[in-house]
Amino acid sequence: MLADKDRIFTNLYGWESFSIDAAKKRGDWSKTASFIKKGASWIVDEMKASGLRGRGGAGFPTGLKWSFMPKDSGKPHYLVINADESEPGTCKDREILRHEPHKLIEGALLAGFAMGAHVAYIYVRGEFYDEASNLSKAVKEAYASGMLGKNAAKSGWDFDLYVHRGAGAYICGEETALLNSLEGEKGQPRNKPPFPAMAGLYSCPTTVNNVETIAVVPSILRRSGQWFAGLGNDERNSGTKLFCISGHVNNPCVVEEEMGIPMRTLIDKHAGGVRGGWDNLKAVIPGGSSCPVLPAEICGTVKMDFDSLREAGSSLGTAGLIVMDQSTDIIYAIARLSYFYHHESCGQCTPCREGTGWTWRIMQRMVTGNATIEEIDMLLDITKQIEGHTICAHGDASAWPIQALIRHFRPEMEQRINDYRKQVA
Amino acid sequence: MKPIIAPDSEQPKSFSFLKKNEKLIKEIISRYPKGRQKSAIMPLLDLTQRQMAETVKKGGGWIPRAAMDEIARIVDVAPMKIYEVATFYSMYNLRPVGKYNIQCCTTTPCWLSGSSDIVKTAEKELGIKMGQTTKDQKFTLTDVECMGACANAPMVQVNDDYYEDLTPETMQNLLSALSKGNPPKKGPQNGRIAAMPLGGPTSLEKEAKKAKVV
Repeated sequence: MLADKDRIFTNLYGWESFSIDAAKKRGDWSKTASFIKKGASWIVDEMKASGLRGRGGAGFPTGLKWSFMPKDSGKPHYLVINADESEPGTCKDREILRHEPHKLIEGALLAGFAMGAHVAYIYVRGEFYDEASNLSKAVKEAYASGMLGKNAAKSGWDFDLYVHRGAGAYICGEETALLNSLEGEKGQPRNKPPFPAMAGLYSCPTTVNNVETIAVVPSILRRSGQWFAGLGNDERNSGTKLFCISGHVNNPCVVEEEMGIPMRTLIDKHAGGVRGGWDNLKAVIPGGSSCPVLPAEICGTVKMDFDSLREAGSSLGTAGLIVMDQSTDIIYAIARLSYFYHHESCGQCTPCREGTGWTWRIMQRMVTGNATIEEIDMLLDITKQIEGHTICAHGDASAWPIQALIRHFRPEMEQRINDYRKQVA
Repeated sequence: MKPIIAPDSEQPKSFSFLKKNEKLIKEIISRYPKGRQKSAIMPLLDLTQRQMAETVKKGGGWIPRAAMDEIARIVDVAPMKIYEVATFYSMYNLRPVGKYNIQCCTTTPCWLSGSSDIVKTAEKELGIKMGQTTKDQKFTLTDVECMGACANAPMVQVNDDYYEDLTPETMQNLLSALSKGNPPKKGPQNGRIAAMPLGGPTSLEKEAKKAKVV
């Protein structure tokens, strides 16, 4: 369990103002220039030592990602911050944007310097109007007080930061779709390679990082990578993490906790427990909608970190827990996600564009039971034909929830079909 | 699923940006490197929608084709490029919408928390179905996907504002306040602070005392 002294986001709930004066009192913008004067390689090494893995879902080691940026490309470098938070079940970056924007801005300067970028863009999902507005106000304050612009924070590094608002497309959370969108195109993912570190925004070297990843950078540098690495489960699953808990719990909330906290402890301590008690739990989607659902018996013992959840057959994703109690129609809950992925498919790759529609239509029949037992295997087969056959992971993300439903709740699906048959007979 | 551009009969003949917005457009374009003014397409589409909501009394808040052509001229691309972008993103309204565009989230986390009852309440109160606009052009009901406020589910977005932690009763209150042209305070409608647990904070003891939330 995380001690209060180790928490990074002390204004997570917006009890205090998000403005620069209040942020400075909370410790933001202190010693910023001194870190830059220690050099880019010191920052990257400190990030590597912290063990920080990307908080946007994929969990790629952050320090390593930054080190992929070329040293002398002769082109401008860009830092792009992904604030297109739209994964169902996830609402953590929102709290940073509206309540702790200066942590993000300071982190952007430090990260930007470490990768040789003089310009950064923050791509905020369009629906987050207040969040983008608070962030823009904070950016203005940072310019006015010399923290951004020429010789940012008196560090000797010139750094500009711009907020760019999206317009309601889940797919723009995929980093190359985001870059296309930022360039004024439709948000459709690009083929990789080339990876953004070689040719990203405007074909220049670019690193795309999640909001939470960048916002924890200043605290890591202030307190040392070793401090961050000392928190959490082990060196591959370290630090603190924002968890979002929604669905059938008594007190849904967003909370900062230690990586690797047992799922049950997290739900009981912070979310007031499962509605009707732990025994009333049916299943949890542990990391946002694309992560495979876990039945109650696994939830009782699993730890909330990258490797533990992978071993359990799911993933940490964005750490957005969707909790479902015994009253839940789990087939509909997953069918609704199938509709989501169908709705949000960008239409570029055939297996995803067509497949998400097929799976949604079949899932609708699974909800009523108007199907045959063999169609469960057919549905599984379709998801396997989508998975891994598309440019980006949207196809995979549409497949995994259905695969996990069949893996863990097949008897319930069969029961539904048999009941329907009896009813119409 | 994706929006469709309004028919010619509904399209205004011309569109021009207000003086104050012309100044803003220059600032927007300056955010991107020279020659990359195409990046301003999305902010300009948004600006159009806001100008329409501000200037058109009934059924504003949308992007006419004449505006897309104007944006194409400003950023120097073929008009088709703008149509492509405008039809790709769900937040660009390509047909007139009501004064209050009520966007109901029904994705799984909201559904688990009772969004079906919120939708039912809205449809009953306003006498329209999802995707429709009331005759007086005051309200539009829109079905939307996850809005990223799952810990405050169920929720709706009215134009720019989130109304969270709704019940059929508070949804009814929200609608009647809006119909009087008097929007209530945005955010959680059950008295809770942001995404803090309703029962009180479970962390940040010292800060909570200082902020007097315990």
